[in-house]
Order: sequence, then structure tokens, then C-alpha cells
Amino acid sequence: MWDYLKLALLAVIALLAAIAANYARDLAYLVNALTIMLVAGGLFLWVLRRTDEPKPAAVETGYMDGVVRYGVIATALWGVVGFLVGTFIAFQLAFPQLNFEWAQGYMNFGRLRPLHTSAVIFAFGGNALIATSFYVVQRTSAARLWGGNLAWFVFWGYQLVIVLAATGYLLGATQSKEYAEPEWYVDWWLTIVWVVYLAVFLGTIIKRKEPHIYVANWFYLSFIVTIAMLHVFNNLSIPVSLFGSKSVQVFSGVQDAMTQWWYGHNAVGFFLTAGFLGMMYYFVPKQAERPVYSYKLSIVHFWALIFLYIWAGPHHLHYTALPDWASTLGMVFSVVLWMPSWGGMINGLMTLSGAWDKLRTDPIIRMMVVSVGFYGMSTFEGPMMSIKAVNSLSHYTDWTIGHVHSGALGWNGMITFGALYFLVPRLWNRERLYSLSLVSWHFWLATIGIVLYAASMWVTGIMEGLMWREVDSQGFLVNAFADTVSAKFPMYVVRALGGVLYIAGALIMCYNLWMTVVRGQAKASAPAAAPAE
Amino acid sequence: MSKKTENQEPDTTGHEWDGIKEYDNPMPRWWLWTFYATIIWGVAYTIAYPAWPLIKEATPGLLGYSTRAEVAEEIQRFEEMNAPLDQKLVATELATVPDDAELHSYAVNGGAAVFRTWCAQCHGSGAAGAKGYPNLLDDAWLWGGSLEEIEYTVAHGIRNEQDPDARWSQMPAFGEILEEQQISEVVHYVRQMSGQEHDADLAAAGETVYLDNCAACHMEDGTGDTFQGAPNLTDAIWLYGGDVETLTETVAYSRFGVMPPWNERLTEAEIDQVTLYVHQLGGGE
Repeated sequence: MWDYLKLALLAVIALLAAIAANYARDLAYLVNALTIMLVAGGLFLWVLRRTDEPKPAAVETGYMDGVVRYGVIATALWGVVGFLVGTFIAFQLAFPQLNFEWAQGYMNFGRLRPLHTSAVIFAFGGNALIATSFYVVQRTSAARLWGGNLAWFVFWGYQLVIVLAATGYLLGATQSKEYAEPEWYVDWWLTIVWVVYLAVFLGTIIKRKEPHIYVANWFYLSFIVTIAMLHVFNNLSIPVSLFGSKSVQVFSGVQDAMTQWWYGHNAVGFFLTAGFLGMMYYFVPKQAERPVYSYKLSIVHFWALIFLYIWAGPHHLHYTALPDWASTLGMVFSVVLWMPSWGGMINGLMTLSGAWDKLRTDPIIRMMVVSVGFYGMSTFEGPMMSIKAVNSLSHYTDWTIGHVHSGALGWNGMITFGALYFLVPRLWNRERLYSLSLVSWHFWLATIGIVLYAASMWVTGIMEGLMWREVDSQGFLVNAFADTVSAKFPMYVVRALGGVLYIAGALIMCYNLWMTVVRGQAKASAPAAAPAE
Repeated sequence: MSKKTENQEPDTTGHEWDGIKEYDNPMPRWWLWTFYATIIWGVAYTIAYPAWPLIKEATPGLLGYSTRAEVAEEIQRFEEMNAPLDQKLVATELATVPDDAELHSYAVNGGAAVFRTWCAQCHGSGAAGAKGYPNLLDDAWLWGGSLEEIEYTVAHGIRNEQDPDARWSQMPAFGEILEEQQISEVVHYVRQMSGQEHDADLAAAGETVYLDNCAACHMEDGTGDTFQGAPNLTDAIWLYGGDVETLTETVAYSRFGVMPPWNERLTEAEIDQVTLYVHQLGGGE
């Protein structure tokens, strides 16, 4: 019966997508509609072939790790794609000739830039968060994922969001909201997927066999809940046509800007900070085999962090049409946020006390420590840049780009790499990683890459900020904008080379993980499938 | 780990998840006190500056600070400082400004800033121009390089729709008038005129074509006419390029370079400033 319902639903979706494609008003919408039609059609056939076939007895005991394995693969894959696009657009900025004439409208900087940001944040980071949260919530709740195949729906539904968004960007569909570029129908689909994600995660926590909820799950849950709220409010828009990708925002002017940066800043706060702190709180103590440093600190910094972060958005709009009072509040909340952010760093680093010797021998721990270090640095730099006097220099310059990347490459990237190195041998039931010395190579390439990136962006950022504001004694501008662009050239080359090192490290990781799976020796005993008592 | 530290291990909370325990350590003092300090600072700051939204408006803050007022004040300070010089500049005959060293240096300074903001996009931040956008550093002028002529060009622009007084002229697209062979001949004649490598036979034949079709604007000797914006063809300076291919394209399809008028967007003093700046760059007549 359920199969017939599914078939009917898939048939209707495929049909509606075909109709939508027929009436499509723009290329992006057409390609997206055809993609949906093909996916629904393919699923229809897949379900049809299984209907009324004897089902293999479902294994309902033990942890559900198949979806986590897929998530690990998707994370590595999207990571490489995102880094590759990022490195390419870094070269485009240094050498504009790389905006090829024949690829105008598809592969110029303006089209590729949102592809890069979405690929690294939502495809790489998002898959890392979904996969690790599914892994962690099962282990720390001693319960199988709630909802059966819903976890698979979340995984594949999320990949569809990524594909629709990415093809849309290249073909020109965008809401022009940073980190919220996908158009209305992709937003709707993501909302459905996200609500299911929340249900699976929450359902698993509710049926947990442990008396308490582990701190990592607090962070994951706050990430899932807040992202749902942010996503819905920032994407309130009315489509111009049901058969076109263009939509019009409900808010306008400074209200729209404020909503956008309330969203944008909390995408950083809850996606890239809270979510990844969840990762940190599980993988660091597991890899170090040490207890978490302080339970009290984790409670206080958790509540302080999630309370304060949500107000910090206005610091993206200093010295604009935003009223002064909102600007002040954004700055004050950002500065007060400094210590709650550092609480996570302290708990991460101090967990290693008594295990510092492992830094010498375990490159994965080294990666996690550097990751937490970059987290601490970025969460100091952020509040500092939110101060109006500093912001008047740093805003609109490459300093901001450097800040974001020391957080993204250093903190998010490195902790994810550490988690992947931790997960792959366990998920594929292998003795150990294929090669620890390759992990060391990855570590050094990535670290040097980040240092080149961040340092070059500090230099160009402060330089161009100073050049823009330079006036002579009579109040006249000293530099033309083009002067600042040409002055930045050498640093742009350094930045792109930093990107090359970083992606080289990621490719080494992919090779290492691949070899672990295909060459590694199977572990003698089966993994502990039985939940804790 | 030594035995001694093991004895000093703090208590755990007693919970355990997948083998992870938690120590019952207190929060680091320095962390807590810094956190308190930022909160106290935050409260004080919101009292001093505009911060808390109320029903009708937000609290203005004890310091009476306003971003907009601060910017307005700074702009006003410079405007007041420069006002006498601006007035003097507008009142002075342009040609005599260079005699007044102080006024001239002020005007050139201001003109440089105007140029970097509005003109550099096309003419380059160093004013060396680009293909289709004249180099302003040399002494070749399409529409004249005296102060008055430059000022007129800046104020009204060239071949634009916005200003009825814009400078205007149009070269015909000779691809519709001449045979391909004739175009090739005249191109080589022009290359001969400018002292470049050329086919002597074609150039000889091209002289008649030139005199019949081009000399009216570019003059019989090819030196051009600034009154019509007709370029001098005898020098080595080319707006679009002096090679055979580019010249053929120019003759066949013509060109239509446009410059916007600036008298709506810039003040009279600013137009004077940028005129004086461009004039002293090297090629002013």
C-alpha cells in the first residue's frame, strides 16, 4: 500500500515538473524542473521494480551507519569541488583573463562565487554536519536513528538542494542574498528536508537510552532549530511567476538588509560555529581519549553563545542606512560574545591536558588542536572587527575575506578533516587509516595554505582600507579605486597559492581515505552494535 | 601520565556517553571575569550611545552620538575650509589661474581627486587612457587641448544624448560607400601618411580615395580638425589602433566614442579643478 502511495506521489511530481519545464520562463528554472522530473521519474522506476518483491528482513537493531557512510563520501566530494572552485576564482581575481570570453554568463567570477561559498558552507559543511550529527546522536544516545528511512530522505533531499542551487547559480537564478542565493522553490524544498532532519534528530534524542543529553547534541540541536528559523524568515519572498525562478523579497530597503544579515551572521553562528562545536565536543574527547575539561563551562558557554549570537547581525551594516541604535547593539552583543565563544576553545584545548604528548604522535589530534586554535583566533578577530572604529577600516576590504577563511579553512575545514579521519576506519570497519604520514602531509599543506591565505588578506585588507580613506590636507581623495586594485595584485597571487596548497592537502586526504576503505584490513570483531545499557 | 597527577584528577560528573566523561572542573576564573567585564562594558556602552529601541524611538545615549551628524560635520569642516578657494576659482578666468600658484595647486589637487573618482574608470587612474579612451598625457587632442576647450568637453561631454550642447560629429561607415578595394587602398594611404609600413601601389591609389572622401574632415594633409573632433592621422597616436586590420574596421564601420556630460554631477568649481588637472598633465595647449 505504502509503495503505491509513493508511486502515485512520484508520478505526480514528475508530471508537474514536466509541465513546469514546458512553461519555463527562464533557463535556470527549465534545467531545475527537468532535474526534478528526472529524479522523480528515476525514483518512480526504482520503487516500481521493488513493489511487491519480497523485502530483505530489515535490520532494525544496531546503529544506522549506511547514511553516515554516504555522508562522509559526500562531504569529501563536495569539499574538493568547493575548494577547486574557490581556488579558481582566487586566480580569476588575480588574473581577470581567466573570466574566459567563451564562458561569459556561466563561469565568470560573479556566477562562480556563490557556487564556491555554497559548495563549501552548505555542501561540504552541511554534509559534514548531517553525517556527524547522525553518527554522534546515535552513539551518545545509545539509540538507532529515529524514523527509519527518513534519514536517507534527509541525505538525498539535501543533495538535491545542492544540485538545484548549484545549477541555478551557473544559469543565473539568484535571490542576490549572500549565502541565501537559491530561489524560492529550492527554499521550499530545503524547508521540507530540514524539518525532516529536525524530526529525525529530535526523535533519536527522545528515544535515547542515556539519562542525560550529551553537550554535542545541544549544539547540534541549536544549529538545526535556528537554521530552520533563519532560513524561513530570510527567504520570505513572492515568486513573480510559478513558472519562473525570479522572486521578490517581502522586506525592502534596510529591513531587508537587516533580515539578510541577521540570517547571514547566524549562518556563521549556528551553522559554522554551533554545529561544528557539536562535532568538536564529540571527536576531540574521543580522539584524545580524555574526559571533557569542564561540564560547567560547557553549560554556561552554550547558553551564552546561543543567546548572544542571534543579536550580533547588525555589525555587518555599520555606517549604512541602519539606525545607530541597531548598530550599537550589534557591536555590543558581538563583543560580549567573545568569551562565550572562547569557552568552546578552552574546553577543546583543556580536554587535551594530560594527553599533550599525543600531539607528537597523532596527526589527527594535531589537526583538531590547530582547528580549535583557529576557532579561538577567528572568534577574537570577529568581535574586534565588529567594533565600529575597526569596522570603518576593515569593512568591504579583503580583511573580511581573510577573517572568514581563517574560520572556514582553519576551524571548519580542519575539524571536519579530523572527524573524517576518525570516522572512516570505524564506519568501514578497518583496523586503522591507510597512512598516518599522509595525514601529516595533509596537516602541513593545509596549515601553510591557511597561513598564506590569512596573512595575504590581512595585508591587502588593511592596505586597501588605508588607501580608500586616505585624503590630503584639503580633504581630497589620494587614491583611485583602480590604484588599490593594482596594489593588491601580488597578495592575490599569494592567496591563490594558499588555496592550491589547501586543496592539495584535501586531495591527499581523499586518496588516504579511499585506500583505507579498499586496502585496509578488516577489524577482527564486529563494531559494537549493541547500545549501552 | 605520572602517578602523582593521577591522584589529583578532578571528579567527573558521573555521566558517560559512548565512553566520554566530563570533569567537574570550575570555569576558569580569568574567563569568567573577562566575561563579566565585557557585560559591564556593554551595559555602559549602551548607556553612552544610542542603543535600546523604545516605542517611538531608541535611547539616544548620553554622549549624543550620531553617525550621520559626525560625517556631516567632517564634510562641512572641509567645505568651509575650501569655500573661499572654490569661490575664487569660479570667479577667476581659467587661463589666469596658473599664474596664482596657491590657487593653481589647490585646483590641481582637487581636480586629481575628481579625476580619480569619475574619470579614471575610462581614462585610467594615471590618465594614460585605453583602447577607445584617449590618452590625456600626450599633446594630441581630438577636441582641442586649451583650458576652455577641455572645460567645454568635461562639462558637456561627447556624442551623448543627455546634453544638447555635447560635442558632436560622426564619421560615416565607409563600408557602405566604398568598395573593399578602395578601403584597402585608403588604409594603406593612411599608413603611408603616418610613416608606417605600407604597400606603395595601394597607397598611391588610395590618395584619390582619401582626397574624395576623408580630406573634408581630416584635412588634405591628414592633420585632422579639432573643431570636428577629427583625429590627426599623421602622428603615431591611435585611439583604436593603427594596424591594417583595425584601420580597415574603423573605415568600414566607423567609430562612435561617447563621453557623458559632467555639468549635472559636478559643481562648477569641480569642473574647473579637473580641467586644470588634465591640462597640466603634460599635453595642455
